[in-house]
Amino acid sequence: MKQFTAIVRARTMEFVRDRGTFFWNLIFPVVLVVGFSFAFGSGKDALFKVGVMGDAAEGTFLSIEAVETIDYSNQELDGLLDKLRRHQIDMLIDFNSSSYYLNTEAASAEVLRTMSGADLGQFTEQKVEGEAIRYVDWLVPGVIGMNMLFSCMFGVGFVIVRYRKNGVLKRMKATPVTPLTFITAQMASRFLIVLATSVAVYAGTNLFLNFMVNGSYLLLLLITMLAILCMISFGLIFAARIKSEELASGLMNLLTFPMIIFSGVFFSLEGTPEIMQQVSRIFPLTHFIEGARGIMIDGAGLVEILPNLTVLGGMTVLFLGIAAFLFRWE
Amino acid sequence: MRIEHLKKSYGAVQAVNDLSFSIEEGSCFGLLGPNGAGKTTTIEIMEGIQEADSGTVYFKEKPIDRDFKKKVGIQFQSTALPEFITVKETLELFRALYPDPRDMDEVIDICSLQDILDRDNRKLSGGQRQRMLLGLAIIPRPEMVFLDEPTTGLDPQARRNFWKLIEKIKKEKTSVLLTTHYMEEAEILCDQIAIMDHGKLLEIDTPSQLLENHFDGALVTVPHTGRTDLGIKGAVYTETHLEVSTDNLDLTMNELLNSRLNLEGLSIKKPNLDDLFLKLTGSSLRA
Repeated sequence: MKQFTAIVRARTMEFVRDRGTFFWNLIFPVVLVVGFSFAFGSGKDALFKVGVMGDAAEGTFLSIEAVETIDYSNQELDGLLDKLRRHQIDMLIDFNSSSYYLNTEAASAEVLRTMSGADLGQFTEQKVEGEAIRYVDWLVPGVIGMNMLFSCMFGVGFVIVRYRKNGVLKRMKATPVTPLTFITAQMASRFLIVLATSVAVYAGTNLFLNFMVNGSYLLLLLITMLAILCMISFGLIFAARIKSEELASGLMNLLTFPMIIFSGVFFSLEGTPEIMQQVSRIFPLTHFIEGARGIMIDGAGLVEILPNLTVLGGMTVLFLGIAAFLFRWE
Repeated sequence: MRIEHLKKSYGAVQAVNDLSFSIEEGSCFGLLGPNGAGKTTTIEIMEGIQEADSGTVYFKEKPIDRDFKKKVGIQFQSTALPEFITVKETLELFRALYPDPRDMDEVIDICSLQDILDRDNRKLSGGQRQRMLLGLAIIPRPEMVFLDEPTTGLDPQARRNFWKLIEKIKKEKTSVLLTTHYMEEAEILCDQIAIMDHGKLLEIDTPSQLLENHFDGALVTVPHTGRTDLGIKGAVYTETHLEVSTDNLDLTMNELLNSRLNLEGLSIKKPNLDDLFLKLTGSSLRA
């Protein structure tokens, strides 16, 4: 235990005193969130998005170019109404029951009611209420997740490869420290660092962006911690045997970039080809972002995010197993 | 400490080839040899860092095991240290890794680290760095210390200061295995010297005995200016010089005077380990 805490301490000091890396880890995500919220936060696009259930009649206002229709025939009404509440769609028309839904807090409601008046005169109007989710509310779990991924992969994977190359591992091997103690200490240090920076980035940006959190903070913390553990374990696989920093960094970049694109950090995968959405399920980042967005935006509880937690937990065990099997001091 | 029939090869290169020797408790053992002779491989097998292909390393008559690491102090030829932490913090880190570490003050005192305690590891000079690495090596209160070329690259003053530190460690009755390129260093510090090349042991003995075995009295060298038939007893003709290793200096000098060779450039010296080293390992260049 004395060995463990001493190594955790040394590694954490190394990180905190490396000013460049330290500030990069803190500032980069903040700049991203603020930058994106400034760039994309200024209102929605002019297009009206109208969800349609059942067979739409031809030649209605739905054929106007400014109106995008999305066919939701096979989906549950409740989920679709949530989308309407969150301003993800502007209107929902159910041709089966001859009714339509509008969000009274959306600026588009009045326009759409007028536009559709001629076509939907016989339909009953129902109202829902709900504030818009801003892009930034949706973005923040993604950016924090991405930052976690970089920090875990490079902070553990890359650093241990560097230790192997420059001889720190060899020096450790010459002491009574076991690989298990050394590695778990590295993990623990990185875990504390990533958790602290994630909380700091969230709290810092929250000061002026006031994120929407409908679910429990405790649950948010839980999925964050599990995701960090999972990503550190993933990084350890690269740390297990590779001797060249160039190879390690190349491989990690090769894997992190698809993860960032396909895990839906910046843009929703909804509407992308089915195969892409399926592939994204193999990335830990996808499960963190999905779970965290669920908690923050949809107010999801433990039951709803249990599948994400289970996958993250399972992947952690799997990655740790592979890393332990592959690990060599030299 | 004793090794028996150690063998280790890397691919086609036989780095250590059936090497056996023993180090007496409390003595300083010098392992010498040209670059690539197999010194580092040998020492790393003895430390338990590398595994031999065959052969056994004994410590106190038992093959070395995991506990051995608690009893040895190691200074590698080149060691990277954790970055961004100070000398004192590094010592503290390593003290935490051993079950019964030496007191901080004692380590600082033995290795004269007082002045550099708060300095970042990356900002140490060569000599300071070696002192600090020696400090790490003695933290476990080792019964055996391995020093792999600890003074390579140091200036003469720093090297002499380092010798004083090694003398202090020797006074504690700790056994020391030292590899070095500097014969003078081996002669001063070591009780026993082994010279190896191509993975094999060439000679092993005390420094004075080694010289006695190989050289008689004095070594006389003089340019021969092309005359290679002077009839001088025991003469060896190199391309430019005539060399005589003699135990009768009077006789040799008389012979040289009588040969009417121009004696300008004559030198007489007592052979040292440098001469022996070159004699045994050859003087051709190698990587």
